[in-house]
Amino acid sequence: MDIELMANSFPKLLSATLITLKLLSVSLIVGLFIGLIFAILRLNKNIFINKFAYGYSYLFRGTPLLVQIFIIYYGLGNIEYLRTTFLWVILKEPYWCAIIAFSLNTGAYTSEILRSAFQTIKLGVIEAGKSLGVPSKIIFYKIQIPIAIRQSLPAYGNEIILMLKGTSLASTVTLMDLTGVAKYIISTTFKPIEVFIVAGGIYLFMTFVVHNVIKFLEKKYSY
Amino acid sequence: MELLAFGDTGWGDELFYATLMTIAVAITAMLIGFFFALIFTPLKLSKNRFLNLIANTYTTIIRGVPELLVIYLFFFGGSAAVMFVASIFGYGEYIEINAFITGAFSIGIISGAYSTEVFRGAIQSIDKGQFEAANVLGLSKFGKFFKIILPQTLRLALPNLSNVWQITLKDTSLIMVTGLVEIMRQSYVAAGSTRDPLFFYSCAAVLYLFLTFLSMKLINRLELKYSRGY
Repeated sequence: MDIELMANSFPKLLSATLITLKLLSVSLIVGLFIGLIFAILRLNKNIFINKFAYGYSYLFRGTPLLVQIFIIYYGLGNIEYLRTTFLWVILKEPYWCAIIAFSLNTGAYTSEILRSAFQTIKLGVIEAGKSLGVPSKIIFYKIQIPIAIRQSLPAYGNEIILMLKGTSLASTVTLMDLTGVAKYIISTTFKPIEVFIVAGGIYLFMTFVVHNVIKFLEKKYSY
Repeated sequence: MELLAFGDTGWGDELFYATLMTIAVAITAMLIGFFFALIFTPLKLSKNRFLNLIANTYTTIIRGVPELLVIYLFFFGGSAAVMFVASIFGYGEYIEINAFITGAFSIGIISGAYSTEVFRGAIQSIDKGQFEAANVLGLSKFGKFFKIILPQTLRLALPNLSNVWQITLKDTSLIMVTGLVEIMRQSYVAAGSTRDPLFFYSCAAVLYLFLTFLSMKLINRLELKYSRGY
């Protein structure tokens, strides 16, 4: 055990954690919006809209995140036409490409989580709202969405942890996130176990925090 | 389309063999995962606190740390560990571990943690009366496990195991970093030499979609088979 290396690499890894957290928080927020939109589309009775939303979630859940991030960073960046448009400003940055890939990916999983949450809401709750004369828009915003959020908390907590681990793939498109820096230190010192313990410890600490926050929220909103 | 031709002019046959490699790695990893689950599920269910702690440490670490980091650990640390063990037996030469073994083993350890949780959940949800009834009938420990508990566990675990399989299949794409020529690595090589990354990574996406679709169909059949009589 090389304790000195562990102590030396800790601050480097910690500053890389900031990038990991940035990637995670931005993609989760964008992903939540995408997920909500597609969950609502999934509940639409129009078969085309419905199929489109299903296709989106099937595509992003059936392929590895690595493929998605490669298509967006290497694939789209290679189209000559795109280089002339304003999109190139975004697509030439690995940071934004990673965020696009992560957001679309977590959006697909979130849409499934929210859809099943909407579907498990008892019809009686909606009927009760209707019989009180509440407009259906208000029923949706004030009754269905809060219940759906409560229902989907445990599953969404898992999704946050999966996404936290997913951000490690940013290192494959040259971003120096926690895993990227860990790999760099490993390949220069050839001390994989020490670096794994430190980097893994940081990841475990983050999952621990997420896990407990979700648990706290679950208790707070339980009924 | 000619990029996908079989033979020397296209990448069709290379991608085909790469797909077979992905399937082989995924199945090997899944089996290694079952092996780990076989060890750690009893530890999780045991009443001994210490054994519980070992199993919980395993599943917590693996499920809380990114797959890529685990792969790097085995990729860079694997041959050192094997050489260390070999040196105890007096073998001092350099040993290089095959990329297939490194990949399948690291993905297997990850898949094993998920399988352990699935089996634990399935065994715990079996009605207590089943255990008692087996005891009353005077079945031996093995008879109880293989004839009563295991068949019911399989039925309950199958839907979740199919999720683990999908995760494992998609995780195999990560072992491209070890240099093993599976779908992702082959697409990377093809994209590099033809300068058409969009096309080849889309091919990879289609191949993965095909694999997940196919395995879903097969697993649905298995589920039907095991839920006969329910």
